[in-house]
Amino acid sequence: MFFHGYGPLLLAGTWETVKLAVLSLGASFLLGLGGAAAKLSRNRLLSQVGTLYTTLIRAVPDLVLMLLLFYGIQILLNNLTDSLGLDQIDIDPFVAGVITLGFIYGAYFTETFRGAFLAVPRGQLEAGYAYGMSSWRVFSRIMFPQMMRFAIPGIGNNWQVLVKATALVSIIGLADVVKASQDAGKSTLEFFFFTVTAGAIYLVITTVSNLVLVWLEKRYSAGVRRVAL
Amino acid sequence: MIELVRQYWQNFLFTDGYRYSGLVITLWLLVASVGLGFLLAVPLAVARSSSNRFISGPIWLFTYVFRGTPLYVQLLVVYTGLYSLYFVHSHAALDAFFRSAMNCTLLAFALNECAYVTEIFAGTIKATPYGEIEAAQAYGMSKYKLYTRIILPSALRRALPNYSNEVILMLHATTLAFTATVPDILKVTRDVNSATYASFQAYSIAAVMYACIVFALVWAFRRMETRLLAFLKPQGH
Repeated sequence: MFFHGYGPLLLAGTWETVKLAVLSLGASFLLGLGGAAAKLSRNRLLSQVGTLYTTLIRAVPDLVLMLLLFYGIQILLNNLTDSLGLDQIDIDPFVAGVITLGFIYGAYFTETFRGAFLAVPRGQLEAGYAYGMSSWRVFSRIMFPQMMRFAIPGIGNNWQVLVKATALVSIIGLADVVKASQDAGKSTLEFFFFTVTAGAIYLVITTVSNLVLVWLEKRYSAGVRRVAL
Repeated sequence: MIELVRQYWQNFLFTDGYRYSGLVITLWLLVASVGLGFLLAVPLAVARSSSNRFISGPIWLFTYVFRGTPLYVQLLVVYTGLYSLYFVHSHAALDAFFRSAMNCTLLAFALNECAYVTEIFAGTIKATPYGEIEAAQAYGMSKYKLYTRIILPSALRRALPNYSNEVILMLHATTLAFTATVPDILKVTRDVNSATYASFQAYSIAAVMYACIVFALVWAFRRMETRLLAFLKPQGH
């Protein structure tokens, strides 16, 4: 057999990695929008909380934060279940991965979105209000589509970093593609082959997402005139 | 938390009693991989920005592969993968090199750092204002002199903001060294955690230490930028 019978295991691991990456992207995307809104808000307290969040999270390595949150949340949960007299609930590594990656990359997305929101010309928003649009409509019809145009390159970068960060979640026990390759390596003693295969799978994921990003960038910059040099 | 600090401050900062550990190792990993990465990246970036496809192509492939895969996987390939190959552990010199966890870690980190930095430098080399190059050519400078006097001094300086980000990301990446049993800050933290079960406190100490290093790096780079990028500042009257 080609993968010594470990093909299905690797495939399942890849699926787990992709699921983790996509769900964490969703979580950090929403958190990023919220964080950017907080940082840009006129409320001093909210903007300071936003600044604290992005500064602290971006200063501490993601692996340290992941372990801190993974063990920290488990201890909090244990205390809670102890005081309520319930059985211990073990956190699933997948859920912990989505929460921690979402929380960490939410900080990076906050900065991306903050920059993008600031890049939308104010006059356009005022024009929207002058047409009698509600503030939700101004957001969804004018602010958001234009903000995305400025945010896409940053989102792309964050996504590529996020995909590579999912490899860390195997350290807290998720059966992702890295873990699958190490398990296969252990039983066949072909560590080199299986680890390189895992690397190749990541390379395929990043290559495919590059293509999608190029397409997205084209779509969101419809109507932008480029100066030909 | 104070109890932990009182008991383990030596482990966290410089030694576990037998060998160096903690902060010293983390800083050594950072300095060595950033230094090696820089030395390799400068010539590679010059080659990467060459208009000859046969020169820039292979380097593009190198940076593409190393930037497209997680550092953790690269470290696993170097640390467990290569050593499992027959020709590596049967060859005396290779065996001696790859037996050491520190060597493997530094090799993986330096190559990874080099790939990212090569792209940063190549970007700023390509963005060198054309007039500067033409002026140098008009002065009759040789190709070598053109690079050492005109292109590199300005391109490396303009790369500084991106480069400082990359150095901070490299510091974050050094935390992976514990998976290869290198006793950096995170390895000490995990040992303290398994000895005391005070997980939250132990990891908080590590987080604070890393944050302090990051703030020191940010401060140092900011000072360097105001000095070295002074020529790019908008001029007042």
